[in-house]
Amino acid sequence: MSRTAKILATLFVGLVVTAALFPSLLAPGDPLAVKPSEAFQAPSLQYPFGTDESGRNVYTRVVHGTADSLTIGLAATALGMGIAILLGVITAFGPRWIDSVILRLLEVLYAIPALLMALLIIAFTGPGTTPAIIAVGLSTAPGYSRLIRTHLRTLVNSEMFDAATVLGHSRWHKVRNHLIPNTLSTLLALITLGIGQAVIWASALSFLGLGTPPPAPEWGAMLANGRTYLHFAWWLTVFPGAAIVTIAAGATLLGRTATRSRT
Amino acid sequence: MRVVSWLARRVGAAAILLWIVATVIFIAIRMIPGDPAEAIMGGPGSQASAEALEAAREQYHLNEPLLVQYALYLGQLITGDLGTSYAQQRPVAQIMAEMLPATLQLTLISLVIAWLIAFLMAAVAARSNRIGQAMGTVIEVVAAAVPHFWLGAMLIIIFSTWLGWLPSVDTGTVQGIILPALTLAIPLSGFLAQLMRDSLVTAMSSPFALAARARGASEGQVFFRHGFRHAALPALNLTGWAVATSISGAVVVEEVFARPGLGRSLLGAVLSRDMPMVTGIALFSALIYMVVMLIVEAIEAIINPAAARGDDA
Repeated sequence: MSRTAKILATLFVGLVVTAALFPSLLAPGDPLAVKPSEAFQAPSLQYPFGTDESGRNVYTRVVHGTADSLTIGLAATALGMGIAILLGVITAFGPRWIDSVILRLLEVLYAIPALLMALLIIAFTGPGTTPAIIAVGLSTAPGYSRLIRTHLRTLVNSEMFDAATVLGHSRWHKVRNHLIPNTLSTLLALITLGIGQAVIWASALSFLGLGTPPPAPEWGAMLANGRTYLHFAWWLTVFPGAAIVTIAAGATLLGRTATRSRT
Repeated sequence: MRVVSWLARRVGAAAILLWIVATVIFIAIRMIPGDPAEAIMGGPGSQASAEALEAAREQYHLNEPLLVQYALYLGQLITGDLGTSYAQQRPVAQIMAEMLPATLQLTLISLVIAWLIAFLMAAVAARSNRIGQAMGTVIEVVAAAVPHFWLGAMLIIIFSTWLGWLPSVDTGTVQGIILPALTLAIPLSGFLAQLMRDSLVTAMSSPFALAARARGASEGQVFFRHGFRHAALPALNLTGWAVATSISGAVVVEEVFARPGLGRSLLGAVLSRDMPMVTGIALFSALIYMVVMLIVEAIEAIINPAAARGDDA
C-alpha cells in the first residue's frame, strides 16, 4: 500500500466512523425535523444537499443515515459470514460425504442470484429492516462459504501443514499457529468487501420498498422517496446515492489493497 | 460418444438441482404462518367469505395430505405447469411467456454493451502507464460498485431531464431501451474489465506475445490474435453468473424505467406475496443459469480441450 493510499484510506475510514458514531459532529440538527415552508430547496450554503418534500435537511439526513445503513450492512455481513465460516469449517474438516452434500447445496443456492434470493426470502417474511438484514445475510452466505472452504482446503493441504504434522505438532497447535493467522487477513479483506456489497443490497431492497420504510434516514429509503421527485429535485436522489457508492467503492478498494499487500 | 455421456451427466445434474430448488421452495411456502387459502384471497385483511376460502382450498388442493400436494406440485412442474397466479388468476407460465421477451431483449442488449465497454476499458488500461492503470482500476471499481437503482436515476437526470435526448420511461422504441440497457451494462462491464485486464497484461508480456512481435507482427495483431483471446477466457467463465445477475438486475432496472418484464412481475409478486408467481420466476432463473453454464462449459471445452478432460490445464 503506497503512502497516499494509506492516508486516503485512513481519512475515508475516519470520516465514515465519525458519521456513524457521532453524526452530530458533522451535521448538528435533527434528521427528522420537518419545515414545510422550506420544502424542495435546491442545494445552497444553508442546505448543502438541499431539502426534501417536507423541508427536511438532506445533508443532515445523509450523515445521520450512515449509522442505519452501515448497521444493516454490518449485521447482514456478520450473519452471512457467520454461516459461511461454519459451513466452510465443516466442509474443510468434516467427513467427505458432508463436504459433498454441502457443496451440492451451495451449488443450488449459487444458481439463484443474490438479489433474487433476497426477494424470495422477503416474499416469505414480508418487508422490513430485520427481514432485509436476514435476506441479504442469507443470500450472500453461499458465495462466502465457497471462498472460505477453498481457502481452508488449500491451507490444510499445504506444505506448511505437512511440515507441522511431520514435526509432531498437535492439531490445536496447527490450528492456532498456522490456520488462524493465515485465515484472519483473508477473512478481514472478505468482510470489508462484503460490507460494501451488503450496503448496496440492503439499500436496493429499501429502494424497492421491501426494506427499511421511510421516513427513517436510511439511504435506500431516501432514494426510493426521491424517485418520485426525480425530474425537478435531483438532489434528493443524487446525494444519498453518492453516499452508497462512496461506501461501496471505498470498501471494495480497501478490501482489495488489503488482500494485495498481504500476498 | 464422450460428448453424449458428458451432456447426459450435465443435464441429469441440472435436473436434480432444479428438483432440490423446487422442493426447498415447496417446504418454505408451507412454513409461512397463517392460512394459505387466505393468502390466495389477498391476505387476512381481505375478509374473504368461508365459501370463497373453501373454493380456494379446493382449487389449490390444500385439503389433500402434504405428500399428495407435493406429488401434485412436482407432477405439474414436470409438465411445465407452474400453477395459477394468486393475484392475476391466470397460469403463471402464460404470464411469464408474455413478460419474457422484454426482459430477454434488455438482458441480451446490455450483455453485448457490457462486453464492448469492458473490452475497451481493459484495452486502454492495459496499454497505458502507471497513472492510467491506477485510474483504470478506480473507474472499474466504481463502475462495479454503482448500484443499478442509482445509476438509472443518474442517467435519467442527465440524458432525460437535463439534455432531453432520451425518454426516462420505456416507450417501446429504440430510444427507450438505451438508458435501461446502459444501466444494466455499466456495472457488469466494471466486473468484466477487472477480470480481462489482469489476463490481458499477462498475455501481452508473455513469451508467445514476444515471439509474435519477433516474427514482425504489429502491436495490433499481437493484441487481437493473442492478448484478447487470453483475456476473454476468464470473462467468458463469468458469463453464466453475469446472465443470472442481469435477470435480478432487471428487477431494479425495469422498476426504475417502468418497463414491463419478468423482473417487475417478480417484484409485484413479492409485494403481493403471490407465491406461485414468485416460485415460477425463481425456478425459471435457476434454469436459465444452468443452461447458460452448460453452454459456457461447452464453449470452454472447445477452446481448451485439456480443461474439459479434468486435467486442469
